[in-house]
Amino acid sequence: MEYRIALAQVAPRLGEVDANFEMLADRLNAAARDRPNLVVFPELALTGYLLQDLVPEVAMSAADPRLIALSREAPDILIAVGFVEETDDHRYANSAALLRAGEVIGLHRKVYLPTYGLFDEGRFTRPGERVRTHEVGPPVGRIGLSVCEDFWHASLPMLQALDGASLLVNIAAGPSRAPGSAAGLAAIAGWHKMQDTYALLGTVPIAFCNRVGNEEGLTFWGGSRLLAADGSTLAEAPLWEEALVIGTIETDDLRMQRYGLPLLADERMELTRRELDRIIAERAGLPAPLQEPV
Amino acid sequence: MSDTRALPPLPEIEPRQAVEVIVGFIRGQVVQTGFERLVIGLSGGVDSATVAFLCARAVGADNLLAVRMPFRTSSEASETDALRVVDALGCRTERVDITPMVEPMLALIDAPEQPAAADVLNVLNVRRGNVMARQRMIVIYDRSAAFDALVAGTSNKTEALVGYGTLHGDMAAAFAPIGDLYKTQLRGVARHLGVPEEVVAKPPSADLWPGQTDEGELGRSYDLLDRALFALVDRRWTVDRCVAAGLDRELVEWVAARIARMEFKRQQPPVAKVSLRTPGIDHLYPRRRPGSRR
Repeated sequence: MEYRIALAQVAPRLGEVDANFEMLADRLNAAARDRPNLVVFPELALTGYLLQDLVPEVAMSAADPRLIALSREAPDILIAVGFVEETDDHRYANSAALLRAGEVIGLHRKVYLPTYGLFDEGRFTRPGERVRTHEVGPPVGRIGLSVCEDFWHASLPMLQALDGASLLVNIAAGPSRAPGSAAGLAAIAGWHKMQDTYALLGTVPIAFCNRVGNEEGLTFWGGSRLLAADGSTLAEAPLWEEALVIGTIETDDLRMQRYGLPLLADERMELTRRELDRIIAERAGLPAPLQEPV
Repeated sequence: MSDTRALPPLPEIEPRQAVEVIVGFIRGQVVQTGFERLVIGLSGGVDSATVAFLCARAVGADNLLAVRMPFRTSSEASETDALRVVDALGCRTERVDITPMVEPMLALIDAPEQPAAADVLNVLNVRRGNVMARQRMIVIYDRSAAFDALVAGTSNKTEALVGYGTLHGDMAAAFAPIGDLYKTQLRGVARHLGVPEEVVAKPPSADLWPGQTDEGELGRSYDLLDRALFALVDRRWTVDRCVAAGLDRELVEWVAARIARMEFKRQQPPVAKVSLRTPGIDHLYPRRRPGSRR
């Protein structure tokens, strides 16, 4: 069985939520002509990235009528989109929603908020506390959502792969550093190597959608890509400019890849958990948790 | 002269990609502020020539006003080179002689007692240079209101880090397109843009007094300054590591001290916090946001 994924590499406008809703609806309708099953928009596509104290002004509930309306623009299509979420108890999160036909069928709150170097996310939003996967039905199956920096922690995509994800979707707002230098190329190559590795080790396809455009002094690099479960590239967007790229995933590839390379089935989760429990205890200066006799 | 092969490397840049990012940045600034036009002070040197080319590429030569602002002692070559840039671009230009504006102020700066020590003469030169730089800022900001244009800055990263610039003078601007490019990177970018070779190849000078060169005044070559700055700043090397890699200790210590001493020029003045919420401390917004457009 085949299904199609469109990566909408857009340039949201900072703080202009209404304009961004309009722009995403346009792109969604444009993408819909190619009959994708899933359209992926970048991190904070509805709000822009460098928000600082604009966070409470642009935040919305995951059930916001505007989000619902966006998904009703193309009710047959699954949408992944980033926005600032305000929870019922007024926590502000950098969230990714999975929407279909006016319903929120999955939600991920960014777990790793980079607050170092040029990043200051932890100053303005709070981290998510859950790593889950979301069943969306055939042909896609089960999606593991994550947001940008979440992918710089291998535990997160690997947990989702072990939790049954048949597709990982990472939405990003990655600013370029040192464009035109070896260091800048290495930063982008780093992202690619990491995605290739997760696809390979998780034996899982990956949809990565990164934004473009400028905010203040930052330029977002784009380079969105779709990878098959063997790590090969199925579709790739250009650097720096807006683009809409579409690729096809063959579900039988996932089946055969996992038969030939049964890494997930062989994973020793209980061993990992035991050793993690020990490491956590040791780092906290606590007695080692009970272990079976050696 | 030591063998440069044994020194820490110069910062490198591939001009095409840097230009793409900077032109996108300039367009972003223009869009976000609601302006269409740009104005710059054009000295005839490589920095302002490069910014002129970048601005013309971003908004079109018709929307760029290059203001030439000679003083009585300014070199003929500066004017010739500035006109080369104007001719190459086909942008608008104006000539405003700052001599009659500056001379009454210079007359207030006391002549030194004879014989004056070198440091006394140096302070006088700095004061005179500051008066000229600030007068040019007044002219540029006046032209920006008349031409309905944003002021594009022409300061580079080397100058910003060693504080070789006048606060509220040449450092005054709405945005800094080459503020993250070292002086030695600028030549490559300038050549890529098609800046006339006479402008690219000549020794850098603030042209504040006859015969002045930047390297003469700073007492160091840009080549060595940029190697030290790139190692200390971009690569976070210690002074000792720079010295071990082949740079003179005197140079590296001078650069490190300059970076620290000139921090005040790179930041907004600190505000004494006496209220609940204070601009710059806990009232933090992007500079360009909804409502900031005209």
